[in-house]
Amino acid sequence: MDSYQETIFKLKRFWAKHGCVIQEPYDIEVGAGTMCPETFLRVLGPKPYSVAYVQPSRRPADGRYGENPNRLYKHSQLQVILKPAPANVMDLYLESLEAVGIRLDQHDLKFEEDNWESPTLGAWGIGWQVMLDGLEVTQFTYFQQCGGVDLDLVPAELTYGLERLVAFLQDRKSVYDIEWVAGTSYRDVRFRDEQQFSVYNFEKADVKMLWQLFDLHEKEAQRLIDEYRSLDPEKEGTEKRRWPLLSAYDHVLNCSHSFNLLDARGAISVTERVGVIARVRKLAVGVATSWVDQQALLNAPEVAA
Amino acid sequence: MSDVKPFLLEIGVEEIPHWMIVPALGELERLFRDLCTANQLETGNVAMDGTARRLVIRCAALTTRQADRDELVMGPPKSAGPGAAMGFAKKNGVTADDLATEVTPRGEYYALRRAIAGRETSDILAEALPALIAKIPWPKAMYWTGKGETTFIRPIRWIVALLGDSIVDFTLAAVKSGALSRGHRRMGSDEIAFDHANYEDRLEKNGVILSAAKRRKRIQDGIKKLLKGTGLTLIPDEALLTDLVYLTEFPTPILGSFDEKFLALPQEVLSMVMRHHQRYFTVQDSAGNMAPRFVAIMNIKADKKGYVVKGNERVLEARFNDARFFWDQDQHKKLADRVDDLAAVTFQAKLGSYFEKRLGVEAGATRIARELGLDEAAIRRAAMLCKTDLMTEMVKEFTDLQGIMGGLYAKAQGEPEIVWRAMYDHYKPLSMDGPIPATVEGRVLSMADKFDSLEGCFALGMIPTGSKDPLGLRRAAQGIVKILVEGRIRLNLDKFITAGAEETSRIFLCERKAGYVENRGSDGSLELAKQLRDFMTERVKYYFRDVRGFAYDEISAVLAANPPDLVDVEARLRALKMVRQTEDFLPLAASFKRIGNILKQAGRPGGAVSESLLEPGAEKDLYQDMTRVLARVQQLRQSDDYIQALLAVSTLRPAVDNFFDSVLVNAPDAAVRQNRLALLGQLFSEVSSIADFSEIVTSSTSE
Repeated sequence: MDSYQETIFKLKRFWAKHGCVIQEPYDIEVGAGTMCPETFLRVLGPKPYSVAYVQPSRRPADGRYGENPNRLYKHSQLQVILKPAPANVMDLYLESLEAVGIRLDQHDLKFEEDNWESPTLGAWGIGWQVMLDGLEVTQFTYFQQCGGVDLDLVPAELTYGLERLVAFLQDRKSVYDIEWVAGTSYRDVRFRDEQQFSVYNFEKADVKMLWQLFDLHEKEAQRLIDEYRSLDPEKEGTEKRRWPLLSAYDHVLNCSHSFNLLDARGAISVTERVGVIARVRKLAVGVATSWVDQQALLNAPEVAA
Repeated sequence: MSDVKPFLLEIGVEEIPHWMIVPALGELERLFRDLCTANQLETGNVAMDGTARRLVIRCAALTTRQADRDELVMGPPKSAGPGAAMGFAKKNGVTADDLATEVTPRGEYYALRRAIAGRETSDILAEALPALIAKIPWPKAMYWTGKGETTFIRPIRWIVALLGDSIVDFTLAAVKSGALSRGHRRMGSDEIAFDHANYEDRLEKNGVILSAAKRRKRIQDGIKKLLKGTGLTLIPDEALLTDLVYLTEFPTPILGSFDEKFLALPQEVLSMVMRHHQRYFTVQDSAGNMAPRFVAIMNIKADKKGYVVKGNERVLEARFNDARFFWDQDQHKKLADRVDDLAAVTFQAKLGSYFEKRLGVEAGATRIARELGLDEAAIRRAAMLCKTDLMTEMVKEFTDLQGIMGGLYAKAQGEPEIVWRAMYDHYKPLSMDGPIPATVEGRVLSMADKFDSLEGCFALGMIPTGSKDPLGLRRAAQGIVKILVEGRIRLNLDKFITAGAEETSRIFLCERKAGYVENRGSDGSLELAKQLRDFMTERVKYYFRDVRGFAYDEISAVLAANPPDLVDVEARLRALKMVRQTEDFLPLAASFKRIGNILKQAGRPGGAVSESLLEPGAEKDLYQDMTRVLARVQQLRQSDDYIQALLAVSTLRPAVDNFFDSVLVNAPDAAVRQNRLALLGQLFSEVSSIADFSEIVTSSTSE
C-alpha cells in the first residue's frame, strides 16, 4: 500500500514522464486548481503547454470542523493541464490510474457527463466525472472558454481528488485515517487546520474587514487592468510588454477568496450574490483579455529591436 | 437492377452523455435517409445502434451507383424564335441543333434532353458524410480542432465507413475514416478488423454489446439471477434502466448491501441518494419494505474479486452518512422558525423572495379552503411552512426532495398529519403522468402554489410565448387542471381566477411592485384576469384533448355550455363521447346546427310558446315530446347523469326530423312564425346548456 505522499509522487512522475512541467502549488488561496495562473492564464493563447501540480483548494463553506469523514475545508487536487489535449488523452488518464496501482480489469470505471462552468472565471467546458466503483475520483474537462475568451487550443484538464483517491487506494472510510507517510496519518497532519479554519470561517471572520479587503483588491486589480488598456502599443510597447498583469490576477484571486469567506460566513444574501460574482468575473475577464493581448505583443516580431 | 452492397458507418466518440444518444441516432438516421433520397439511393433495411462511445448506421443493401438518368431542361417557347433558341442552347453549352421540341398544354417549347451519368455512391458519401455528421444537433457542443471548426458533443476519435469492403474515404475534425473499429476501453482491442457479417460478434468479443436491447436484457436477466432465492424484488425504474443501458457497453449488475441502521432515515432520502447520486436500483422485501441492499450496474463483465461491490458499498455509506448528518443538523431548527429566513431566498428576481411567495400561497390556499369548506387553519399552516424546507441542508443537497423533506420534517416536528401531508405533496403532479397529491389539502396547497406563480408572473408580463416558458408556467397550469379534474374538486375556475387576479392586483399596487400596471377593460374587469382565464382555457383544452383523448369538437361543445367546474366538464365529455356513438345523435346534432342557423337568422327571438298556436301533427308532437323529454332531462341533470340526459335528448330525433319534414318555420302568419321560432329557441337553449351540439362535427358539416 502506498502512502498519501507516495501516490502523489507517482502521479507527478507519471505526468512528468509525459512531458508536463511539474509546478509547486500556487501561494494564494484558491477554491480550485483551475484558478491558478498555471491553468487560468496558460490555457489562453496559441502556445502549447503541459503542466501538473498539487493545489490545496480552499472552500470555506465545505468546512466541517474536522468532524465529517469526507468533507474538508481544504482538500488537495492534482491538477493536470494538457494543451492541446492529445488524441490519446483518455488512454493516458487510464494509464495514470494504473500507475498508482489501480488494476483496471478489477474495477468499474464510468465516464458520466459533468459539464463545467465557472461564472466567476467566465469559463466553461464539457467533460465527465470519472466514477471508479461508484466513487468520483477525477473531473475530466475540455475547456472551450476562459475569461470570456474562446481558446485557440482545446486543453484537457484532469483534476484528481487526492484525498478521495488515496482513501480508495488505502481502503479507508475516513480521509483522516489515510496514512500520509508510515506512522503519520492525515489527521496528524491536517486536523487542527480543518478545525481552526472552520471556526474562523464560520464564526470569527470579521465581515466588515472582509468586505474592505474585497474592495481593496478589486480596486487594485481594476486599476492595473485599466492602466494596461490605456497604454499605447506603439509608443509604450515596452511598458505594455512588461506590465504586471500577473500581479493584477493575484488581486483577483484575493477577491475571490474574500468572496468565499463572506459566503461561508452567510454575509452575502442571495440577491447580492449574483452581483458580487459579476464583479469578480469582470476582473477575471479583464485580466484574461489583457493577457491574451500582451501575449500577442510578446509573440510579435520585435520592431527594429 | 443496380448493384447493392452493405454499408456501415461507425462514429467513434469519447463518452457521449447517455441521454443524448437516442435523439442523436434519430437525427443521424433522418439526415442519412434524406441524403439517400436526395441522391436516389436505395438503402435496403437501415439499422441504427449506439453506445456511449459509438453511433452506428448499417444499411443492408445500399445502391453502389446512382442510375443514369435523362434530364429535361425546358427552354423558351417556340414562338420566341430561333434567336431565343440559340441563346438557350448557348447557356447550356450546346448548339441549337441539339435542342428538341416539347409539346405542352401551353404550346410548343424548345427543350434540351441530356443524359446524366449516375455517380458512384462512395463518392457521394465521401463528399456528404463529413457535413452530415457535423450536422447532428447536440444540446451543448464544442469545437475541438480550433475556433470555427466542426463542433461535436465530444471529440471524435475514429470513424469506420465501409461500403462493401471498401473504405469511404473522408476526413472530419482531423479524423480520417478507416476500416478498423475499437472495442471496450479496458476489455477490447483498439484495432478490430471485421466484415459486415461478423461486426456485432467481433465487437462483443471485444467487450461491446452493440444492441441497446441486448444490453437491456443483459441487465434485466442479470438482476433476476442476483435476486433469485433472496426473497427480494427490484423496485422497477425504467428511466434508470435506460440511463444505464446507454452509460455502458457491457453492463453487468452486482448486488451490494448497506448497514441496516440507515433504514432509520426516511426511505425517500435513501432512494434519492441511491437513484440520483449513485444510479443504483432499490430493492424491497416481500412485505414491500426497503431492504438494506442495492443493485449497481458495472461496465465490465464480472467482479471476480468483489472489489467493485466493496467500493460501491463504501461510497454509499459515505453518502448515507452525509444524508444523516443533514437530517440531524436540520432538526436543530424547526421549520416554523425558518419562515422569516425565506426572505433571503429569491423566488424570482422581479417577484421577490419566497417569503413573499408564501404569503401569496397562503392567501390563495385560504380562499380555496373557504370555498370548499375545508379546515382553513390547517391549510394556512401548511402554506406558511411549505417553502421552509428550501432552507434545510438536505434540500440544498438534494433539491429534488423539496416538498417531500418539508413534509417529513414537519411530521418529525409534530405537525398534524393534515398539515405535513399537504406539504409533502405540494409540488405534485410533477408531470402529466405523475400522481396528484394524495389528500384534498395537498391538492389545495399545490394549486394555490401554482396559481400564485401564474398570477405573479402574468401580472408582471412574464407570459409564456411559443416554446419559451422558462418558469414552467404551462406545466403549473396543466397541474392545476389535472388536480381539479382527477382530484374531483368542484371549484369554479373563472370565479377563482377573478378573485385571485383582483387580490394580486391589490397587493402589487399596495406594494408599488416595480413593473406592475393595472389594466382594466371598459367593463371594469381586470385584463390580468382575462389573460389568466384564456391561458387556463388553453390548458383545459390541451388536457382533455392530448392527455385524455377527447375530440376537439366535443371539448368545444361542452365548454360552450359554460359548465360550473372541470369535474362537470369531464362528466359531460364522457357522456358526449359515449352518446355520439348512438345512431340518433349525429343526425340530431346536424338538425341542431340547422336550428342554430335559423335562430341566428331570425335574430335570436325569445318568447314563450303559445300552445294554442301550435298546429296539430308534427309541430304539436314535437312540443309534447320536447316538454316531456326536457322535464326528464332537468331531473337527470340534478344528479349529473349526463349520459341519460343526452340519451333522452337523442330520443327527440324522430320528432325533430318530422317537424322539419312537414312544418315550415317561416310561416306566412307572423304570430305562427314567432311561435315556431320560440319553440325551436326553447329546445335549443335547454339542450345547449348541456353541450352546444352545433359545435359537433357531423358528416354533413365536414363536407
